Amino acid sequence: MTQLPSQTEKKLGLVIDLDTCVGCHACVVSCKGWNTENYGAPLSDQDPYGADPSGTFLNRVHSYEITPSEGAAQLIHFPKSCLHCEDAPCVTVCPTGASYKRLEDGIVLVNESSCIGCGLCAWACPYGAREMDQAEGVMKKCTLCVDRIYNENLPEEDRVPACVRTCPAGARHFGDLGDETSDVSKLVAERGGMDLMPEQGTKPVNKYLPPRPKDETFDVLAPFLEPVAAEPKGFLGWLDKTLERL
Amino acid sequence: MHPATSVILFTSLSGLGFGMLFWLGLGFPDVTGWSAFAFFAVAFALSVGGLLASTFHLGHPERFLKAFTQWRSSWLSREAVIAVCGLTVMGLYAAGAVFLGETFRVLGVIGAILSVLTVYATAMIYTQLKTVPRWNQATTPAIFLLLSVSGGALMTNQLWAALPLFIVAIAVQLLAWKRGDQALATSGTDIGTATGLGDRGTVRAFEPPHTGNNYLMREMVHVIGRKHAMKLRVIAIALLAAPLFLLFIPSPGHVIGAVAVLLHLAGVVTLRWLFFAEAEHVVGIYYGKR
Ligand code: SF4
Ligand code: SF4
Ligand code: SF4
Repeated sequence: MTQLPSQTEKKLGLVIDLDTCVGCHACVVSCKGWNTENYGAPLSDQDPYGADPSGTFLNRVHSYEITPSEGAAQLIHFPKSCLHCEDAPCVTVCPTGASYKRLEDGIVLVNESSCIGCGLCAWACPYGAREMDQAEGVMKKCTLCVDRIYNENLPEEDRVPACVRTCPAGARHFGDLGDETSDVSKLVAERGGMDLMPEQGTKPVNKYLPPRPKDETFDVLAPFLEPVAAEPKGFLGWLDKTLERL
Repeated sequence: MHPATSVILFTSLSGLGFGMLFWLGLGFPDVTGWSAFAFFAVAFALSVGGLLASTFHLGHPERFLKAFTQWRSSWLSREAVIAVCGLTVMGLYAAGAVFLGETFRVLGVIGAILSVLTVYATAMIYTQLKTVPRWNQATTPAIFLLLSVSGGALMTNQLWAALPLFIVAIAVQLLAWKRGDQALATSGTDIGTATGLGDRGTVRAFEPPHTGNNYLMREMVHVIGRKHAMKLRVIAIALLAAPLFLLFIPSPGHVIGAVAVLLHLAGVVTLRWLFFAEAEHVVGIYYGKR
């Protein structure tokens, strides 16, 4: 059913910290790995070792440069995947009912056996979060690792999305953003978590934590440390002075 | 947006076909027997042929029946439902006209309304997309409807209607370009809102996530075609205006009529190509492109 639920019991989603993401793309690789081996059609590659490789990915990391009016420019690594929007335009445009938003947790999914591969949902998503798999002819998107988070066959610490489990920088957080007392909601409140393209009216569930301002001096302790290289003495001192005189 | 041949052919041909059905249903011209057969054969060939062409770009055309289920929310589904209803009603009307020599006007009028509604639903598939500001405006359904109904009038030889409709269509198309060229800039979406970093300084796409291309870039960040857009606009308008002059020839006859139709169709196809190639999807912003 491609009508959106007026409310979902939970709003599961990701909180991505633009301050700590180092742009390593580990989340991209773990996402591709998990979602190729598990739920739904594998994420195919076309011409992977050839001259024009391309493939299906559910998570991609961009990098942006901000140049403030004063001070140094800053480089921001920017992971982007489906934001599991509350007013998901990708769901309502779908003619077949393949795209839907789950009542119980708000996850936006594609039922691949109903998808005709028309591509309209990908057009309707402002974030580029949906990609048509070229081998399978069906629409692929982030499932929030729905086959991990409830999976009792996995150890408890693995019951989070693959990208969250993998991130070496702790830049990705997973939880219920509909529950004000959850860790992720507190993090969003504390750090001023933001929506992407709020003017598109999609009401994304995923939030992005803005980068903190850069410190003025790089290391507060540095000025108090003893300089390591003192005036050279002995043979080196003689060499230094001799060379100086030449 | 990527100008896919199947979609361009579908919207152009089926638009013309449903435009013909609109006039035929209203009884302009009120034909029966063999001449009705000829008119309806062309109209159905165009509308049904166009609909079939549209399935060529699907990943799984064999599941097309599912596309009739979500009419409550989806314009694409509504289009499918209305098109089939319209074609069925007009099929019955055509059967009456051809085989019984009877024109059931009520049936014809209902069929005519469903025919234009089909074209409207097609246009709304594009118009509804906030992600493509150039399409997300009232001129989109207006131009789809005007091209369909004016082309239909030309095909059914209703020149009294075709001539003024052509002029209005050209005027609306010029307005659509005037507004469309500003649409992305005035939509409020830019790299600042896309990244949420706009209030911190000037944001620049520094490094894309991948060195090759991908589905998003091929499908939605189609920029190569825009190089000759200005020239093509002029050509499209010239093609659209050409029938206007041809039809001033006294007693034009079938050959000139056919030439007028072909020129019109070429104009519509050029316009449709531009409709896709010039449309900027906001996802391009993430790649520092438009
Ligand atoms: S991010 Fe895109 S694909 Fe995901 S729910 Fe929102 S609109 Fe749909
Ligand atoms: S590509 Fe599949 S999921 Fe997307 S709108 Fe079409 S049928 Fe629905
Ligand atoms: S794994 Fe973590 S640090 Fe690496 S790109 Fe992804 S979010 Fe950023």
